[in-house]
Formats: sequence, structure tokens, C-alpha cells
Amino acid sequence: MLSYSIKRLLMLIPVLIGMTLIVFGIIHAIPGNPAQTILGTKATPEAIHNLNQALGLDQPWYIQYFTYLKNIFSGNLGTSIQDNMPIAREIWPHLAATIELSFVAMVIAVVVGINAGIISAWKQNSALDYSAMILALIGVSMPIFWLGLLEQWLFSVKLNWLPSIGRLDIVSTVRPITNLYLIDTLIEGQFSQFWMVVRHLILPAIALATIPTAIIARMTRSSMLEVLKSDYIRTTKAKGERMGLIVYKYALKNAFIPILTVIGLQTGLMLGGAILTETIFGWPGIGLYVYNAIQYRDYPVIQSGILVIAFLFVMVNFVTDLLYGLIDPRIKYR
Amino acid sequence: MSEPLLKVEGLKKYFPIKGGLLGKVSETVRAVDGVSFSVNEGETLGIVGESGCGKSTTGRMAMRLIEPTAGKVFFEGKDILNLSKSEMRRTRKDIQMIFQDPFASLNPRQTVGRIIEEPMIVHHMGNSSERRKRVDELLELVGLSAYYAKRYPHQFSGGQRQRIGIARALAVRPKLIIADEPVSALDVSVQSQVLNLLQDLQKRFNLTYIFIAHDLSVVRHISNRVAVMYLGKIVEISDSERLYDHPEHPYTKALLSAVPIPDPDNKTNRIILKGDVPSPAHPPAGCPFHDRCPVAMDICAKEVPVLKKTEDGRLVSCHLYD
Amino acid sequence: MADSILEVKDLRTSFFTDDGEVPAVDGITFSVKEGEILGLVGESGCGKSVTSLSIMGLLPSPPGKIVGGQILYKGEDISHAKESRMRKLRGNDIAMIFQEPMTSLNPVFTIGEQLTEAIRLHKKMPKKDLEARAVDLLKMVGLPRARELLKEYPHELSGGMRQRVMIAIAMSCDPKVLIADEPTTALDVTIQAQILDLMAKLNRETHTAIILITHDLGVVAQVCKRVVVMYAGKVVEQGDVRDIFNHPEHPYTEGLIRSIPDLFSKKDTLYTIKGSVPKPGSIKKGCLFAPRCPYVMDKCRTAEPELTGDRHKSRCFLHREDA
Repeated sequence: MLSYSIKRLLMLIPVLIGMTLIVFGIIHAIPGNPAQTILGTKATPEAIHNLNQALGLDQPWYIQYFTYLKNIFSGNLGTSIQDNMPIAREIWPHLAATIELSFVAMVIAVVVGINAGIISAWKQNSALDYSAMILALIGVSMPIFWLGLLEQWLFSVKLNWLPSIGRLDIVSTVRPITNLYLIDTLIEGQFSQFWMVVRHLILPAIALATIPTAIIARMTRSSMLEVLKSDYIRTTKAKGERMGLIVYKYALKNAFIPILTVIGLQTGLMLGGAILTETIFGWPGIGLYVYNAIQYRDYPVIQSGILVIAFLFVMVNFVTDLLYGLIDPRIKYR
Repeated sequence: MSEPLLKVEGLKKYFPIKGGLLGKVSETVRAVDGVSFSVNEGETLGIVGESGCGKSTTGRMAMRLIEPTAGKVFFEGKDILNLSKSEMRRTRKDIQMIFQDPFASLNPRQTVGRIIEEPMIVHHMGNSSERRKRVDELLELVGLSAYYAKRYPHQFSGGQRQRIGIARALAVRPKLIIADEPVSALDVSVQSQVLNLLQDLQKRFNLTYIFIAHDLSVVRHISNRVAVMYLGKIVEISDSERLYDHPEHPYTKALLSAVPIPDPDNKTNRIILKGDVPSPAHPPAGCPFHDRCPVAMDICAKEVPVLKKTEDGRLVSCHLYD
Repeated sequence: MADSILEVKDLRTSFFTDDGEVPAVDGITFSVKEGEILGLVGESGCGKSVTSLSIMGLLPSPPGKIVGGQILYKGEDISHAKESRMRKLRGNDIAMIFQEPMTSLNPVFTIGEQLTEAIRLHKKMPKKDLEARAVDLLKMVGLPRARELLKEYPHELSGGMRQRVMIAIAMSCDPKVLIADEPTTALDVTIQAQILDLMAKLNRETHTAIILITHDLGVVAQVCKRVVVMYAGKVVEQGDVRDIFNHPEHPYTEGLIRSIPDLFSKKDTLYTIKGSVPKPGSIKKGCLFAPRCPYVMDKCRTAEPELTGDRHKSRCFLHREDA
């Protein structure tokens, strides 16, 4: 297990280098001179020259790359053009908002998806199975923006049950400690605030969870069906074990490996792909942050946003790989 | 004595296992470790042994489906390991293989006729109508009807599929057929039909067989000579009569005594071997069988015995006969 | 004569497929006496495995279903018992081992977890005794390093060792009946000898009755006391192992015995049974073996013989006085 972890960790190095190279390349892929782009069309040649020097853009590309790497490692992600603030400081509240939303959405997707898949497999070809799988098919094909708007119309406008926009009611604030408001409000002991945060999370989390739930449910069903047919499950039945325990204890652990792959992949996609949900629900996450930066052509922010999202994606995959090793004892031999 | 049809010398196959942090070769599996034998025209050489003894790898190397790590394979006097690709393709026509699993070795999307025709197309034999005619002949030859040619493999039973496999192997008129566990997936009553068919075809076409199997009774029935393999080495090789009636190597003895005899009145004392076959990645030092051998001596743990002629002319690799 | 612990009476099990009802087991009757080893022999598709799954209540359902007859365990009919009742019997009173030792153990649980599962289910045993019991069981089936093995996973064991573990699991609650479905078919011949030896030893020591399901007549001859021969879902012959092998009455049994190549002498050609096993339900009339039988009479094609005889029973007109 240890040597497996170390091996996986070492394999991260080239991935991370490749990642920074690509993100670094983005600034060079912008048509024209970056300084010109940053300063706009009315800039004087002198200003452009000065900015070029300040940004180190007159250096050869590899020197620039190493400067870039050095900056990243010292926690310097550059400055936002919009408000001249250091991005490193600005990005965390947004990232936290996305992580909170994705986490809640993933918990929903895993709990609902796995259970739906298990029950479908257990009661294969029953009415329950068919309805769960039809729902899953609808879930996969449902466009998020449409589902989001539908939710807002029904639960906010018509029924007025839940807020439709933002992380908090407009009039209230939460003192940011971790910027994960669920935790912050609990630390402060403000339970009414906590409840408000939860209410704000519900609609966007459901919208974000829809597709992963459906995908996880379908994967769980097929993987579970495979396992339930296996010889070792027959052995367990022959011992007189009851079906519920067979399914949830013995079969699930075996079926979990392909499910884990899907969960890892979906988590990664969620972190980067929450932009639609965040836009619709006015959720101040990293997606919205980058989205706004694109509108202002705030290239340093775009670059850093992509870097952070890509980094999260890689780390999620790394953790997934380690979890494989925990679930399947045979994995260290691969 | 005339030149043997196939002669194998010092054949070895080592499979490296990669492991560790940098994917270095951490150990080597000695699947086949120095095997030599020859097969004369028209005879059947049986190769028996338990799983992992290297018998299948040996069979595949004999027709170069697997490249040996070391050793020589002479077919009709020429070393086939030195042949170029196109020369090898021509030689393959003379050596055909029959596989264990008649289910897996037939393409489910091809008709039986097409499956049998395929090797003739590969070796540019005849035109289309001649090949069709030959397919019909072959089907009749293996005891099926010509009208089966239009059907698909899944429409046949296991025994029939093995007959199709045999027809495909015969299509190119080979001299040598390597049969790897050809009857072990079949039921007893069907198994005897296929065995009789193989013997019948051998007589008619003067075929030479290498018959690889784990079932000792089947091997005795079909073979003129038998080689017993253990952990990548031949431990005993002789004509089947003497090998079965008077086995010399302790492993051969144990193997034979372990076979359950279908006769309730014949409950001979079985030699029950201790433990499992060791991993070919970590064979014991000295004689590979010494740690399970009921009559092991001190020397067995130290020196590897070599295959030697015993008094009655057979080859045994055991220190008891030094 | 010892009492019967398990009786199968006119058991009929069918599979309901798109093509209609397929009778896999078509009215079979036999009994297992306390502490004996009974062989259940036949070729693939004869219904021997379906019989064992029917007894265990483990038929894949749908499509499989017991459509008639009784399975009496100590006099209680369990053929349609409730699932909760069957769960109490399975693993505790009737245990089973399977053909594929390589896939019959769960790859992601340790040997210890899998070995103690049935004991935890059926016996009230303090946790501290559980490990000792597990170690005893592994020693009983002849596995070395028992204590370490408990913490290992199935992939670290060879096929023979896994089958020993399977036997240990099956024996863990001291069952009255052990159903062994082709327990040595996937094993090498020297390992098969070890496992058969072990099963015979356990049978002597624990008095557990064993139903040994196999296609290998050699195994039957060496281990079993009585034999039931099945063909196409029916019992065609049953009796004492010596009677069956020395004086087979049914032409199918005779053919099976004669088709086996002899280890001790070489024949020119092997005896064969012509044709192949019919698809279940494909023969509607007469004796199911008639199309392959060398002694077939006109009568065989129209009427079906009954299983007759006293200790040595067979289903053939050749041995009926009215034939």
C-alpha cells in the first residue's frame, strides 16, 4: 500500500508540470501582445513596454515559465486587472464556495445514486428498477440550466419555499473563518444562520447533483448486477446470510471499484463545471469568478482560476487512486 | 533411425515480472526451463503435467506462437527460429494447433464454413469453389454434415465445436498438429468420440501429434511416447507403455497414483503429495521436486538432476538413478 | 440401516424462459443417509447442479422454480420453505462447496472474515473464541500457518488452498449434510487427491453426510459408497458403488464407464456413446436415452420406463420382467 501510494505520488509530478505548462501557455496563446491586451487599445507604446518589463514578458519563454513556477510555489498567483488585488487572496472565498456546493451536491449524488442503483440491481426488472432507471435517464439528459430555472420557478417563485440566489440572504452576513459557511456558522454557534446557509444550498446542490446522481445510479446498478451473479456471493448465500446484508456489506465493497471511478471523475468535473449552476444561482464560486473575469478579460484571474481547478481535478483523481488501494487488496500487485 | 519431424533443444521461456517503483524486472518466471524432445513422423508425443508446469508454453513455442527465450526448434531439419516472417508463414501451414476451448477459439460472427476456409485463404490454396468443396469434405471427415457450413458456432455443442476446430486445423493439410487440452472441456461420452476421431485421422493422413493434456488416462490412450513435465522441466520421457506400467521418477509415480481409478475394487494406496506446486518464479534449489518428494535425499536439495538414460533406455531426471 | 437425513422425492425443477418451460430436473428421487458419501454423477446439463441448488434454495429465481415434489430434511419439507427458515438451515445444517475455488471466495474480504461469517450467523460464540475456532478449522483442513492465513486475502492462496478454505467454511457450523458440487474439477490431479482424501477424512471424523456431485466416475469409484446416475434431468440408475461399476444396468451408465480411457492398458479405439445429450424437453416421448442407446427396442421409443429395483435401481426396459 505504501509503495503504491508513493508510486502514485511520483506519477503526479509529470502531470502537475504538464498542467502548469498548459496554463502558462494560455497567456501566450492570446492573440497579440498580452500587455497590449491588458492595457487596452489606447495604451501608449511606453506603457506597453513598461508593462512588458514588469511582467517579464521580454524574457525568453523558459525563463518566464520558471518565474511563473517560482511565483506559484511562493503562493503568488499575480494580480487581478479588475481591482488590482492579489489573486491568491481573492480566490479562496470563491473556491470555498464552490467546494462547499460541490461537496453537498456530491453527498446527495453518492447517497441517492448508490442506493437507487443498489435497489435497482437487487430488484432487477421490477417496477422499482424500471422507474429508477427512467429517472436516471432523464437526469442524464436534463440540461442543468433548464433544471435550475425550473427549480427556481417552482420552489422560489411559485411556492416561495427556498431562496433562489446567492449563498446568504441579502441582509445578512457570515463572519468568514474558513469561508465554508456551513462550518463557519457552526463555529460561531449561529444555528439560524446555519439553517439559512443550508436553505441557500439546497436548490443549486440539487441542480448540480442531478447528472452525477444519474450516472452513479446507472454505474452502481450494472456493477452490482455483475457482482450479485458472482460465485462468491453464491458462497455467502450458502452460509445463510440475509440478502440485505449480502448486498450492502459483501457485494457493495466489490461493486464499489467502478463506482469509485465515476465518483472521482464526476467530482472533478463538478469542481470545474459548476460554472453553469453558479451563474444561474448567483453562487459566488470559482466558476462565477472565472466567468466574470472572462467578461472583463482579466487574464491573470482566468489563468489562476484554471490552474486551481486543474489542480483540484488532479488531486481528486489522486485520492481516488489511493481509495482503490484501500478497497481492493489485490491492487498493490498491479 | 530417420530424422525426427520436430526436434526441440534446450527450449526456455522466461517471463519477466515488472514491479517496484521504477518498473524494474523484480523477478523472472521460468515457465519453461530447458526442455528437449523430438517427435517422429506419424507418432503421438503426449506432454502431461499439472497447471503451471509449462506444457502449454512448450507447445506454443514449438510452433513459434511464443518466441522462446533460448533454445532451438527444428522442423524437418530446419531451425524455424531463424526463419524470416514469410518463410515462417509458409512453415505454419505444416504445423497447426487445436485449442482447449472450442467456444473461445471460434469467431462467433463467422459461419462454420468461413472459419474452416480461412486458413486456406491465408495460405492461398485453391480458388473459391475448390475451397468450398474442401470445406464440405472436411466437415464430412470430422463427422459433421456439409450443410452445417452455413451455421454459426453458437448453434453447435461443445463436441461439435471441437470437431470444427479439428476441421479448421486439417484444412491446410498439416504434417504436425499440436493439440492443447483438446478434450478437457468435453463430457466423457463426447470426449471418447473426439479421441477416436483424432486417432482415425492420424492413421488416414499419417499425422504427427503433440498432445498436451493434464488427464493421464487420455494421454496414455492416445500417445506413443509421453513426457512428464514439472515446473518447466521434463522429469521423465519414454514410451507410454513403460512410463505408465513402471514409472521411475517419484513425481510420475505420485501423479499416476493420484488418478482416481473408475473401479471401486481398485483402491490402491495413493501417494498423497504434500503442499502445492511451487511458484515458477521461485523454484526450489536443486531438483524442483525435492520439497514434495517422498524419497528426497540430501543431494536433491543441492544439485539439479539432469535427464539421463536409465538402464532400460528411457530418460529420467532424478538422482535416484544416478 | 442408518436413517435418511435428506430425502428428495419426485423433485421437479424447471426454468421458465422465453421459449417456455424447460424441465432441468424432471422428477428425481433419492435419499442421503446419515454420515454416508453419496455420489451424484452425470454429464453437463443432466441437472445435477440444479438439484443441489434446489436443495439449498439457491436457484436463480426467476427463471428457476421448483414445480413439484418434496425435499425432506429430517422429515421437514423444505422445498417451499420460507426464506427465513432456509437461512437458518443454510450453512448451519446444510452446507455447500462449489467447483470454482478461484472465484468462490470474496476477493476483498480476508480469509478470517469469510471463515467466521457462518459461525457468527448461526452460533452464539464469544468474539475471543471465534479466532480460536477459525484456527482450529484451518488446521482441520490441513492448512499450515493458520493464524497468519486469517489475515490474508484469497488472491494470496493457491487453488488447492482456497478449496481447503471453502471446505473449512462449509464445515464451520458442523453441518449434517455437505453438498460438494464438482469440488475437485478445477484442481490438478495431485491436489484433487489431497482434497478427496481430506473430504473422506472429514466424513469419517465428523459424520457429516456428503453429496458429491461430479462428472468424474473415477472420483465416484474412489470416494462414494452409493451412486445416483443422472441423465437429462432424470435418475437412470442408483445403487451401491460396486454394483453400479461392476454390473451397470442402464446402457448409459455402461457407456459412461466404458468410454473412459484406461490408465492401465491401451485399447485401440475407445467405446463411445453416439450423439450428444438431448436438450431438456426436446424428447417428448419414450426413454430419453433411446436415440443414443445401442440396445434400443421399439418399446423404448414409445413408452418411458420407470425407475425400478430394490437396492440397485435402474430406469430401463432391459431389466424389467415385463419387457
